[in-house]
Amino acid sequence: MAIAVPTRPARRRLVERLRAPLSILREVARRPVGLFGLVVVGGLLALAVAAPLVAPYSDTAQNIADRLQGPSLAHPLGTDELGRDLLSRLIFGTRIALGVAIPAVSAALAAGLVLGAVAGYVGRWVDNVLIVVMDTLQAFPAVILALALLAVLGPSLRNVIIVIAVSFAPAYARVARALVLTTKQNQFIEAERSLGASDLRIVGIHILPNIVGSLFILLAMDIPSAITVEAGLSFLGLGVQPPTPSWGVILNDGFDRVRETPWPVLWAGLMLMLATLGFTMLGETLRDVVDPKLARIRRFRRT
Amino acid sequence: MVRYLLKRLFMAFVVVVLVMAFLGVLVHLVPGDPVKVILGPRADPQLSEIVRKQMNLDAPVATQVWDFIVNAFQGNLGQDFLSQLPVTRLIAGVLPHTVILALASLGLAVLLGVPLGVFAATHQNSILDRIVGIVSVSFITMPPYVAGLFLLLIFSVKLDVLPAIGSGSFSDPVDYLKHLALPAVALAVTWIGYLARLVRASMLEVLNTNYVRTAHAFGVSERVVFYKYALKNAIIPTVAVLGVGLGTLLGGAIFIEVIFTRPGLGSLIFGAIETRNYPIVRGGVLCVAVLFVLANLLADLSYRFLDPRTRTELARA
Repeated sequence: MAIAVPTRPARRRLVERLRAPLSILREVARRPVGLFGLVVVGGLLALAVAAPLVAPYSDTAQNIADRLQGPSLAHPLGTDELGRDLLSRLIFGTRIALGVAIPAVSAALAAGLVLGAVAGYVGRWVDNVLIVVMDTLQAFPAVILALALLAVLGPSLRNVIIVIAVSFAPAYARVARALVLTTKQNQFIEAERSLGASDLRIVGIHILPNIVGSLFILLAMDIPSAITVEAGLSFLGLGVQPPTPSWGVILNDGFDRVRETPWPVLWAGLMLMLATLGFTMLGETLRDVVDPKLARIRRFRRT
Repeated sequence: MVRYLLKRLFMAFVVVVLVMAFLGVLVHLVPGDPVKVILGPRADPQLSEIVRKQMNLDAPVATQVWDFIVNAFQGNLGQDFLSQLPVTRLIAGVLPHTVILALASLGLAVLLGVPLGVFAATHQNSILDRIVGIVSVSFITMPPYVAGLFLLLIFSVKLDVLPAIGSGSFSDPVDYLKHLALPAVALAVTWIGYLARLVRASMLEVLNTNYVRTAHAFGVSERVVFYKYALKNAIIPTVAVLGVGLGTLLGGAIFIEVIFTRPGLGSLIFGAIETRNYPIVRGGVLCVAVLFVLANLLADLSYRFLDPRTRTELARA
């Protein structure tokens, strides 16, 4: 009897939860800013997946005779100093940008979630130690920490992912910790504990599902920062290495020739702006739609 | 208040010590011979010997970390592998350029971002408000190096009106300012957008409070309500983020200094990573971190001081 009562609403909630992502997307698409974000992010994902089909040329095929050209019918965005087609390099670059940013931010989220949950749930000295470690890592601006780590790890695509994950993780740990602390105060947690549930069960089944949503919104909002850091490190020559067509690598190649042709710098820069703007707008709309705290503020204002 | 001040100072001190410990142990965190980690796999034996001796890499790791911390507090950050110059002197030589760049950018961001935010808030939901909103988001999402490259492309390459290389010298202030203009604007772009947004949001929050409604009811003019009551309170959250702002500006400065070939902490660290001159990397990064910690401390304290509500909380604590 005591079990039968709570299961029915729980089951209904599960169905709602499965239906929720779709209705959230619909709500996001209803707002112009959100629609813009959805279109840009969807377009970038499609480009990344279908790059070999969409790109008119290979990303590394050289054609010295056609080097440093402006836009033309054969090369819609022009060519770089080795005669490589810029449009094709930008399209393949989408793979690098997303292929670094998404795993890096996801790893940061996973690490931050575990650390933050442990700190917030266990408390006491474990909490204090983790806070001190996070404070230390956050005493560096993210780019500087990433550079210091790359200085000892050496430049490579894999290391860029690691370095971004490490510099972003402390922020997630902090948020996860704060969310766990507030969720822990709820009476249903106390009820669960008094029924004899183990710590693992309480954290895994009752606390984590309650906080994961907010963290995923943070993830969407951090992807543009990760794209920016990757391209920045690659622009400095310390991240993804040429001839891999990272947008940062294209910027760097273009920067060396900036007095001869503006096109590589211009296109790669615009592409970066478009990508970061699209992800930011999608992330912010998601937050506005999903985050109950902001929704409450708006309701308050309307009255 | 004094107790809070002491506690906050102590915390900052602890973080600085931990940052030093982290930088001291960093080369040992990567598997393999630290000399190879520092110099790369093709290290030449003669230089390897210098590095091993100079950084005392054969000593126990704990000893190395302790020595690094003690030496750093005495202003000794080791020596340049190649020129044997003390790292502290190299940093002191370029630090003013970076500090001037960061402060100029922060100043620009405040001078442009705050009025934009106020304008948007006082014209809420108008077309101009929407435009300011879109401009702010575009500015926020624009990476500083893209801003730098575009400005360089327009003003140095196409129009040829502002210099693209170097910093000029202090002896010729006009020339120095000309060299400062593009880098400072490029670095400020993100924060102009960010401050505009922040000020708009906090201003709207204040305009929704009861005391503003009361002021309206008493017939106080719009202008006085906006600028005397609302702006004064709306500006406080801005102060709180300026510390973080300085940190991101110091991080972004590395790109800007490389793009405009400007001497500074960023280009010093960048050059040292390229030549694998580890003591300079470590010293430079430490310097940035210390500046960041200090900026945060200062912003936090002035925030507490400016907002009377937190001041009474402090008195109770």
